[in-house]
Amino acid sequence: MRPAEPFRHPLWVRLTHWIGAGAFMTLAVSGFAILLALPRLFWGETGSNDSPAWIVLPLPVNLEQTGWGRNLHFISAWVFVLSGALYGLAALVTGHLFRRLAPDRDQLRPGSLVSEVRDHLHIRPPEPVSGGERYNALQKLAYLAVLLVLAPVMLLSGLTMSPGVTAAYPELFTLFGGRQSARTIHFLAAFGLVAFLLVHLWQVAANRPLRLLRGMITGRPGGKAEGA
Amino acid sequence: MVEISRRGLLLGSSALGLAPWLGGCELIEGGPSRPGLYGLSDTLTLATQRFLLRDQPLAREFPADAISKVFPTINTTDPDNPDYRRSKAQGFSDWRLPVSGLVERPTAFSLTELKAMPARTQVTLHSCEQGWSAIGGWTGVPLSHVLASCGLKPEARFIVIRSVDGWWDSYDLFDALHPQTILAYGMNGGDLPVAHGAPVRLRVERQLGYKSLKYLASIEATDRVSGLSQGRGSMVSELGFSWYAGI
Repeated sequence: MRPAEPFRHPLWVRLTHWIGAGAFMTLAVSGFAILLALPRLFWGETGSNDSPAWIVLPLPVNLEQTGWGRNLHFISAWVFVLSGALYGLAALVTGHLFRRLAPDRDQLRPGSLVSEVRDHLHIRPPEPVSGGERYNALQKLAYLAVLLVLAPVMLLSGLTMSPGVTAAYPELFTLFGGRQSARTIHFLAAFGLVAFLLVHLWQVAANRPLRLLRGMITGRPGGKAEGA
Repeated sequence: MVEISRRGLLLGSSALGLAPWLGGCELIEGGPSRPGLYGLSDTLTLATQRFLLRDQPLAREFPADAISKVFPTINTTDPDNPDYRRSKAQGFSDWRLPVSGLVERPTAFSLTELKAMPARTQVTLHSCEQGWSAIGGWTGVPLSHVLASCGLKPEARFIVIRSVDGWWDSYDLFDALHPQTILAYGMNGGDLPVAHGAPVRLRVERQLGYKSLKYLASIEATDRVSGLSQGRGSMVSELGFSWYAGI
């Protein structure tokens, strides 16, 4: 068993958490608005209203939002990417990524994972789950999936929709299999991030929300246990 | 009114040391401006993409068999302009494209004269800001050739292009002189159809489709677009879209 250590969120984590959270909300709202201009998803390079779609989403078509939708999306993307870059850099330099986010060896044992899943399904308080002052394994894996998979996929698939960036880096088309494939993957990854956010909020709500919120705002939760 | 509020904004933002950023595309001297945070975001994007595109790469080109069966047409698809209708009825034989402004020899080109110039054919991906994309083959004369044949003056920095349907846009020389920026009179091996901008449309391949104006009416070289209309650089910019659409 690891010794319990004081679990506080450093200032850079709290800042980038809330800046990222705000930017994610405006990205999600404006992204949804942009989707309404063409609520159809395709694979490959091309796709339009008159060509066969992979999925036709049951959403109303709305062409009134593309101006403000894109304006808000791109400024939010700049904020999200710059604060995310700051977070990523700090997480690497300070060792945060390995110390706090990488699962420990004992957490990855099948028995430990199975009991964690069981605990989560019963929504138990966090103390018995994490066994002290560290994130539990499912939590760590969820954070790593967001940081190392979903966020980079969002950024790269978004850039693949840029005719300027792809003129400089046509490899992006190869990476995603075409512009419409990148657009489809962008929306799928967005659904993944929204799903993460819902579970994240649910976990906070189920585990002493006020204390956790205070901890992410002030850095001082005023207690020892750590949840979502 | 507009001038005063813009000056107020510039003064206010320069007090914060933000003037060079909040000026929007003022990154380019005499270029269009956009106030506020969206101007900041546009400027960041333009500066970043100008750096990425500093070696002037070409946008991807495809083999002819990649051409899409469906190529949507949006906005104007048959201009309701009496001069245009008359010209269309005559197969555009009386159509002229005046090139004026900062050129040594202002000239009005006929369709035949444009077709006699060196042609470029490019099969490219058209990306609409609405989300759809389609591959089309375009044949036309590079804008750089037309401008050179009129003797573009060294002080020219922007090219303002107007359409018969009232659309207008501007391009700085970085994009205007790019080899893939062409005045296209042919599409997919035939004449450019009316719905796609006949007799001649612009192709600007490294930006979204709305920069590729249809139904060209005039071309003007100028040293600045900041004093043009609302100073935003294009008609769609005045409706809230970005002037630089490399996104």
